[in-house]
Parts: sequence; structure tokens; C-alpha cells
Amino acid sequence: MRDYLIAGFGGQGVLFTGKLLANIGLVSGKQVTWMPSYGPAMRGGVCNCSVCISDSLIGSPVVHHPKTLICMNGPSFDKFVPAVKKGGTAYIDCSIIDQKYDSDDITCHYVPATRLATENDLSTNFGIIVMLGKMIKESGVSDMATVRKAIEESVSAKKADLLEANVKAIELGMNC
Amino acid sequence: MKKTLMKGNEAVAEAAIRAGCKCYFGYPITPQNEVGAYMSARIHKRGGVFLQAESEIGAINMIYGCAATGTRCMTSSSSPGISLKTEGISYIAGADLPAVIVSVQRGGPGLGTIQPSQADYYQSTRAMGHGDLRLPVFAPYSVQEMVDMTTEAFELAEEYLTPVIILADGLLGQMMEPVSFGDDNSEKPGKSFSWAADGHMGKREKNEITSLRLYSEELEESVNKRFARFEKFKENHTRAEAVNCDDADIVVAAYGSASRVVQSAMEMARSEGIKVGTFRPITVSPFPEKALREACKVAKKVLVVEMSMGQMIDDVKMALEYKLPIEFYGRQGGFVPGPEEILEKIRGMKV
Repeated sequence: MRDYLIAGFGGQGVLFTGKLLANIGLVSGKQVTWMPSYGPAMRGGVCNCSVCISDSLIGSPVVHHPKTLICMNGPSFDKFVPAVKKGGTAYIDCSIIDQKYDSDDITCHYVPATRLATENDLSTNFGIIVMLGKMIKESGVSDMATVRKAIEESVSAKKADLLEANVKAIELGMNC
Repeated sequence: MKKTLMKGNEAVAEAAIRAGCKCYFGYPITPQNEVGAYMSARIHKRGGVFLQAESEIGAINMIYGCAATGTRCMTSSSSPGISLKTEGISYIAGADLPAVIVSVQRGGPGLGTIQPSQADYYQSTRAMGHGDLRLPVFAPYSVQEMVDMTTEAFELAEEYLTPVIILADGLLGQMMEPVSFGDDNSEKPGKSFSWAADGHMGKREKNEITSLRLYSEELEESVNKRFARFEKFKENHTRAEAVNCDDADIVVAAYGSASRVVQSAMEMARSEGIKVGTFRPITVSPFPEKALREACKVAKKVLVVEMSMGQMIDDVKMALEYKLPIEFYGRQGGFVPGPEEILEKIRGMKV
């Protein structure tokens, strides 16, 4: 089973990115779960969601110690990077977070995802999608054709322009 | 059938609309707000009515009135809100009316927390209002089951003339899973019932809907009839799932969200060579006693896991007639246990 935690500010696209990732699993014929943080966990600048993708039944959809973390702000860096499973991977937006994590237990990718988005005429909200693209590329969890299908599932048909913007952001991440 | 990602709360609402639910009455409370939100955006386009009542008590009494006309209707709430509804639920049951009530449990007592919990097991299986009263309670463990059970609940409520409870929790309500739906019957006209107070234009005797039966003979008869229907429900619809129990030294019993985590813990224990099986009541009322006894035939110990201080454990003890050692593992306060902590408990059980 692959499990993921995506964390950042409210409004940064955390929940949408989780849904997109879950749809990537669904389009690939896997079992998936998506679980948002709600309630007190959301106070203090941290919004997060857990995604599990598996070949078999998924037990708890709540991920406390993820194998993969996408981390989009300072408070979630403090809270979740130390929680990543030993041998796991953290994707850290270094255009937002100045800190570095001093440990060999996990692999950290420092990616200026939000800056990459804005430098390429995308709004700051697409930074997290750029990061998802980077994660997909590094982990080999999926390919562009599947991701495109998943974006189509996740973006409402009325917002076709967002579809292409998401594809562009994923490609930016895959190629950085 | 194409599967789409949906939250449990939204999926319940869609399932209800497809099942021909014509009226939804509710009052907001986390973690089940998406049920009302989904209904308010859609049910009026598909031949139904959404109404946000002035309170939970208002909403359940609207259900009482609506059900009296033979119209399919549903309400949903979470723990403190369900407490407020129980008076009305008792009246609806006393008047032998069908209704579907979705309970998305959060931590209590009092306002407690909005996080997931299973602390309302007693409430839904024993105390959905005052009086001699047993209601069918389904306990889904996935978003798909929330859909399937909601669909079925409307049929069974009408067949057995009783409110039917869907007992979920904040986890099932908030999580998204792939889900598929059956036929869309939202446009079909509802059934007509001989008992319904739906206007007779002088063409038949009037129907009276009431839970008031002042004469002892009359009340005793109505209670007996209601319990006879519940017995029939028990025979035909009591449901459970046992996995790997044939050779299990330890059977772990859990329902709803907790049973998912237990499933993972069982796989981990099996890979360590500990013979563990799982037992999941799908109806928690009526409780699947026979199926549990069957599942525990070779078991040496039983573990009950709940997101509470232990409530279903009483039903397990009674069903097993206290013949097996029964241990408990629970988390409270809105915590969902992880499989590792349940595995740790299993390791310590020494069989």
C-alpha cells in the first residue's frame, strides 16, 4: 500500500491535490481512500489530507506516519516532516519553507514549486500541483496519460481551462 | 458501473435521492453537514424537498408528519443532534411509520468533539427514545456500504413499518472512496399505503396516525406487534461478516470504521503467525448472535475493538454467554486507532 500526507495552508489546494492523487489511483483500478483533516487539526495554519492507494482493502484511511509527504508551509513542516516513516520521502516547497530537515532517515526533495508555478504564468495555487508532478516523477507511481485522465475526473467540465493549467503544472513538476 | 470518488456523507444523500427519498429535513452539525449541503443543492431538481428546520427537534417532527403521509423521507445528524431527535424517533416508532435516520457519530458526551467516535452504540441499539423499542441499525464500514444500506433502508423501513438507523461516524462521513450507485428512481412515484394519512376526499375511512394508546390492551397489543416485526426482521436481515475465523485462536470483533483497522491488524498478525480472525456485525441491531457464536467456535479468546470505552462488548458477552475470555481495546476522544496498536494488543493476548 502507498500512503500519502499532503499538508499546507487552507486555500493552497491541499484537499484538491489529494483528490487528484486519489483519482490517479482510481483510474489505475486501485482501491483508494481520501481523508481530510477537519476540526481542531485545521487550526493553526495546517490543512492536510491523507490518501491511501492499494491493491487490497484499505484499513484506516487516516495516515499518521506517511511514506510520502507533500509539505507546503512552515507549520506543516514542523508537524509532519518528523512524522514521515523511516525510509520515506518528503517533498518540501523551498520557495515557501526556509527550513532544512537534518536527518538521514528520510529523503527530502526541496522544490521551489510555488515559484515555478508563478514564473510560468500559473497562479500560486498551482504550486502544489507542480509538487505533485515532481512526486509522481520521482516515485514512478503513475504516468502522464493516467494523470490526465485523473485530472479530467477531478476538474469539473465547466472549468476546462483549469484542466490544461493542471496538466501544465504537473508537467512543470515532472521536468524540474 | 463507473465508480466515482465521493465523501460518505454526499454518497448517502445521493443514494437517498436515487431511492426515491422525497423529503430531507435536517439541521446542521459537523461531521455530517455534507448530507444536508448535497441535498440542498440537488434534491429540488429531482422532485424532492430540502428543508433546514429550526432545530433537530423540528426536523424529526417534520419527518414524523411526512412519514405519516407515506412519503419517503430522511434526516441525518450527529451525536448531540441525534439525542435531540430521540423523542421524535420514539413517536415515529410508536406510530409505526417508516423513516431513514442517518447517525454520523462524533465524540461525546455533551458537545464533545467533532472527530469520529463510536460512543453512540448504546444510543442507537438501545435508546433511540423512550419506551419499549428496538430499531434496525445498519453499521456500514465503507462509503459503498453507506450507499447500499441507505438504499435498502428505505425498502425495509416501509416493509417493517419502522425507522431504520444508519450508524456511521465522522470517519465514514468525511472520507472519500470510490463508489457506484444503482438505478435512479428519483422520478418514480412513491408507493401508496393503506395506512397513510394522505387525503381521502371522503372516499374511504380516515386513517389515524398516533402513538397515543391510552388503553393498556391496545398499547400492549401494539408493542407486541412491533416486536414481532422486529423478530421477523431479525430472522431475515441480521447480517455479519466473519473472515479467517475457521482456525482463529483470537477472534477480533469490531463494527464500522474500527473494523477496517482491525482488518489490517489481522493481516499483520497473520503474517507473524498469530491465528487471528475478524468478526464484523453489519447489523448491530439486531445483533448477529448466532453468527458470532459460529465465528468463535474454535477461538480461545475474543478481542473487541471500539472507538469508545466499550459498548458493543456487552452484546458480544451476551451472545457468547460469557463462555470465552473477552478483552477490550478502545480509543476515545476522536482518535481512530492505528493497526499497529491493535496488533500490539493482540500480541499481548497470549493464547
